[in-house]
Amino acid sequence: MSAQHRTTVPGTRGSLARSRPRYGEFVVKAVLLTAAMVSVATTIGIVIALLEPTVEFFAAVSIGEFFGSTDWGPLFNPPAFGVWPLIVATVEITLIAVVVAVPLGLAAAIYLSEYASHRTRKIFKPVLEVLAGVPTVVFGFFALTFVTPLFRNLFPFLDLEAKNALAAGLLVGVMIIPIVASLSEDSMAAVPNGLREGSYALGASKMLTSVRVVVPAAFSGIVAAIILAISRAAGETMIVAIAGGFKSVFTLYPGNEMSTMAAFIAQAGSGDASVGSIAYKTIFAVGSLLFVITFAMNYLSARMVQKYREVYD
Amino acid sequence: MAILSTPRSAVQLASKGRPLKEHLFRIALMASLAIALAFLAMLLLYVVEKGWPRLNSMLWENQPSIRRPETSGIQSGILGTLWIIALTAVMALPTGILAAIYLEEYADRTKWYNKLIELNISNLAAVPSIVYGILGLGIIARWLQFGFTVMTGAVTISLLVLPIVIISAREAIRAVPPSIREGSLALGATQWQTIYRQVLPASIPGIATGSILALSRAIGEAAPFLMLGAATLVRFNPEGVWSSFTVLPLQIYSFISRPQEEFSILASAAIVILLAILLLMNSVAIWLRNRYQKRW
Repeated sequence: MSAQHRTTVPGTRGSLARSRPRYGEFVVKAVLLTAAMVSVATTIGIVIALLEPTVEFFAAVSIGEFFGSTDWGPLFNPPAFGVWPLIVATVEITLIAVVVAVPLGLAAAIYLSEYASHRTRKIFKPVLEVLAGVPTVVFGFFALTFVTPLFRNLFPFLDLEAKNALAAGLLVGVMIIPIVASLSEDSMAAVPNGLREGSYALGASKMLTSVRVVVPAAFSGIVAAIILAISRAAGETMIVAIAGGFKSVFTLYPGNEMSTMAAFIAQAGSGDASVGSIAYKTIFAVGSLLFVITFAMNYLSARMVQKYREVYD
Repeated sequence: MAILSTPRSAVQLASKGRPLKEHLFRIALMASLAIALAFLAMLLLYVVEKGWPRLNSMLWENQPSIRRPETSGIQSGILGTLWIIALTAVMALPTGILAAIYLEEYADRTKWYNKLIELNISNLAAVPSIVYGILGLGIIARWLQFGFTVMTGAVTISLLVLPIVIISAREAIRAVPPSIREGSLALGATQWQTIYRQVLPASIPGIATGSILALSRAIGEAAPFLMLGAATLVRFNPEGVWSSFTVLPLQIYSFISRPQEEFSILASAAIVILLAILLLMNSVAIWLRNRYQKRW
């Protein structure tokens, strides 16, 4: 009966299975799966670490005050819990960074993918990787001790404070250039040559081909790269803590000192708040907000790739 | 007649000189790359020039001091970083590589839990490092009661670099063509024998390159350690995994936070050491990739 069953369903596992299972192979697979599950455990750990103190925080401070006020000073007496100054500073520094990084990174990507010779590419891609590997404390130090004094000398009318959003944002921008450049270059390199050749055959120049054919074809990858860079900029801590400062006054002028969400977490987390106090729980509430924002952007980035990817073959 | 006339773009193609616009575009692209690299060059020149007077043996022979910046060293930071990196290599690399093998060689992508793992890893790769600091503080230091020790720092940083290790190891494994696996399986090898004797040896250079780059990310990371009580000036070397510690980037941060110019010079010198370590690791990674990368 069973023999007949096997012959009627050829190619299934049952027909080719060994009479004696290899337990070693199962053990290996189980070990590998466990290793992969560590990453899931990490996410669960992050959510648990954030959730409990955040819930306790919102039991003491109303959501209306958190999102409805522009006074921030959980370490002051009396404390204030309006998160807007942190959000505004984060958005502003991220915007400055994007304005710096997107044009430069994209142009560098087009150059490396479309114009540079094989040799040139082989030299410059590793150099960009080195730029990507520079620790952020170094960028922060450079912004604080070189860029800010330079700008104060060159543009005295800007009235820059010793720590300011402009220099911090500029260096956050430099930090994310390699992310924009290298991910965009990858997606441009994946555009098949037939598209370029077709464009040349129609008489288009190299510039037209790059701008009107290659960039649109690689669009989903480029947008995903930019969103990823934005989320990196929004979560950057050391540059903004060193060069942007910790003052959380509601201000829009980038020449002022301002504290982003990440900078506040760094400041309060490195010892300014006593454990269990409401100020300490604020760290986790702001951390949750930052986590949710970056999580949403990563999700958006992944969706962009899925939805708008042009598939060639 | 109009049909027969040569299109203008064809004339442009035929003529040797390119129109001005093309040249300007090309120059603008090159300038963008040059500006990005100029920042890197300026930064390097600036720290080397500023840190030069302090680049001597006192730097690694002495412990940091608040009162005497002119003879202060960074020994505890260098040793702390070495401890953290060694432990991270021991914990994150095997876990990451095993997870990558699972995802590339075993996982059935139609299963919901495998999709969940994949989505989860790409999300974790983009979580801000300060949030990992919160994880270290809330779960590892307090809940597991590891305290503010080398172990807490190493576990936190291992979890931070794990997605990077997994993603780069997966790429290296994926680059091995299926024909290698099919050949091995056809000769009667089991799946694990195929992976262990064929796929892994072929992808080792790629995995090594990715691992080195991931570890160099761990070396430069400072934000998570801020949350783990490593911010204070530690004047002794770590004696074991349960000892308190500081790392080089945080030591630099604490120097930068002080107003005196001597600390700024000291910070520059420490940055030169940090960058030298990172450049060395990057060069090894690039050399490995160029030397052993196979085109199938």
